[in-house]
Amino acid sequence: AEVEETLKRIQAHKGVIATMVINAEGIPIRTTLDNSTTVQYAGLLHQLTMKARSTVRDIDPQNDLTFLRIRSKKHEIMVAPDKEYLLIVIQNPCE
Amino acid sequence: MEIVHVYTRKRSEFGRPCSFSDRPAEVCVDIQPDPSLADSFLLRCPVDAHVQHGSDMSEHEVNTERVEVETRGVNHVEGGWPKDINPQELEQTIRFRKKVEKEENYVNAIVHLGTLMEHCVKQNNAIDIYEEYFGEEELAEVEDEPPSAKTINVIRYYQTNIFSDVLLSKRDPNVVKRTATHLSWHPDRCKKLAVAYSSLEFQQNMKDMSFQSYIWDLENPNKPELVLKPSSPLVSLEYNPKDSHILVGGCYNGQMAYWDTRKGGLPVEVSTVEVSHRDPVYGAIWLQSKTGTECFSASTDGQVLWWDIRKLSEPTEILVLDITRQGLLENALGAVTLEFEPTMPTKFMVGTEQGIVIACNRKAKTPPEKIASTYSSHHGPVYALARNPFYPKIFLTVGDWTARIWSEETKESSIMWTKYHLSYLTDGCWSTVRPSVFFTTKMDGTLDIWDFLFKQNNPSLSLKICDEPLSSLRLQDNGCVVGCGSKLGTVTLLEISSGLCTLQRNEKNLANAMFERETKREKILEARHREMRLKERARSEGQGTEAEEMLEESPQEALDRAQKEFFEVIEAELQRRAQAEAQHLHGKVQKHAEEAVAAQEEESKLPKYEEEAEEEDAA
Repeated sequence: AEVEETLKRIQAHKGVIATMVINAEGIPIRTTLDNSTTVQYAGLLHQLTMKARSTVRDIDPQNDLTFLRIRSKKHEIMVAPDKEYLLIVIQNPCE
Repeated sequence: MEIVHVYTRKRSEFGRPCSFSDRPAEVCVDIQPDPSLADSFLLRCPVDAHVQHGSDMSEHEVNTERVEVETRGVNHVEGGWPKDINPQELEQTIRFRKKVEKEENYVNAIVHLGTLMEHCVKQNNAIDIYEEYFGEEELAEVEDEPPSAKTINVIRYYQTNIFSDVLLSKRDPNVVKRTATHLSWHPDRCKKLAVAYSSLEFQQNMKDMSFQSYIWDLENPNKPELVLKPSSPLVSLEYNPKDSHILVGGCYNGQMAYWDTRKGGLPVEVSTVEVSHRDPVYGAIWLQSKTGTECFSASTDGQVLWWDIRKLSEPTEILVLDITRQGLLENALGAVTLEFEPTMPTKFMVGTEQGIVIACNRKAKTPPEKIASTYSSHHGPVYALARNPFYPKIFLTVGDWTARIWSEETKESSIMWTKYHLSYLTDGCWSTVRPSVFFTTKMDGTLDIWDFLFKQNNPSLSLKICDEPLSSLRLQDNGCVVGCGSKLGTVTLLEISSGLCTLQRNEKNLANAMFERETKREKILEARHREMRLKERARSEGQGTEAEEMLEESPQEALDRAQKEFFEVIEAELQRRAQAEAQHLHGKVQKHAEEAVAAQEEESKLPKYEEEAEEEDAA
């Protein structure tokens, strides 16, 4: 229930295009996009997050990745990593 | 023929054993040393011996294995599902998902991540973190450098005296220097400069002076690219803006000639002497026409002639510059400069020797109507006349000791003017990129660059280019390079700093505002003058005798009074200057302030003096 509420709240924000939850193996648990797009995002962002996390920890082992933002011409992809899950939100930052 | 060698041996001698025996040593040759031979040798001391040691190197080649690159696509297929679940089956996947969602871990993780994510999403919505702040202000800081200009090229021609008499054994060492009277840049790439050379001294035609004018290529300033050989020295020269091979030149004897650079240095056609001007052609400008072959010229004989270069035997149109609008040549004023703006093809302006600027309309029906209006501008000839490329109603005139800016609407006086300089101003032009910048050249060899949005009483940059007077000035179309011609024929090219040739922010608006303000001021002053004059007239008509007594002051007395006042003003100014120099040690600021005040006072006195002279003339 809380989960539902949180995800719904995020989706309701201005400019948010899509929200996804991926587990550690790359399986999409919850998504608001169609399956093929979700699968693509899941696979790619999972690998990128792993790489980013390993980079941060390589430089300083005490450090860890808390958030990842990829800003592109069209929109911004935000990834919040956890030990087991990834929360991905695609937003269009309105200017 | 075969050569055969035969060896024979007895058969019984084959295979016989050899018997060796010892023999004592025998001396075969004994050569004694001959000391006399040693005399032909020198003992060498010191002896040079060289030793070299280099490390041995070997050559070895290595070639890495070639990496082969191939472009491939990836097809994302759902993976990662546990072994027991078939990803294609919807039921199984849904069941799996539901199971995951019920885990406590999941719930905690999502809630935690959710807050984090929300924070960032809100952040994005609140402000654009990648916005360019202070982007424009950065640009403003760059222009702190003071305006400057540097010389990029000096073009001088060394004329060898080709007319020397064969009987004279020595050459005339004097090289006859002629003034560079007009410069014209090549319209397309501005890499070439056409310069007209002539001697403008009255009746000083030295017989050895050559008539040639040159086209210089900036890449090669030592030798002219093309030599133009007119029949009389050229006073003005212009490239055709439409066809960059054609040039038209106005000669010292009044003829017009045109050249085609593809055809060499002799003019393709020259106008006939009878119908040309009778004085040097000081202004020649191309007109904007469909054929691109029309031009017009003006000269001090008081005529403005229109020509079509395909037929130079007679002008297509004639205008006599008679401001009494009677078309009489005797009353005509001699023209010294001509001005034409392609955006206003029917109007043009002429600057005269008498200091009056005449604005004319070409399309008027009758000749008297062609002269639209006159502006009494300078005390001497108007040497330069130019419209502001951004605001065509505003034009610049240069003559006597000042440069003045006029608006077409105010006919009585200029809206802005510079102070009276110490030497004559010879030429001027507007900057092609900035509406508030203009250039002037003086008889003492200095080039002034004025920016009246920055500084109004002094030029923002004043450069001494040479010791002899500068006679002509021309700005390249990009506004960065300016060419100045001097009295001895040297053309100097300068590049001005970027601050003076890049359009500043808001500059057009500021310049426009300034022009309008000054125009309004002049209009108000004009209106007041008119009122005062009307009042005077009304008063003088009402009070007949009193006014007449005043008017009875004889012209001689008026002249004496005027002279006395004039000398008083000069004396005062000289005294003030001596004082200022004595006080030079007290600091520059004070001196500048004094001079500014003195100049202002002088300015206010001199125009007042003009007014008084006008009033006396009227009386």
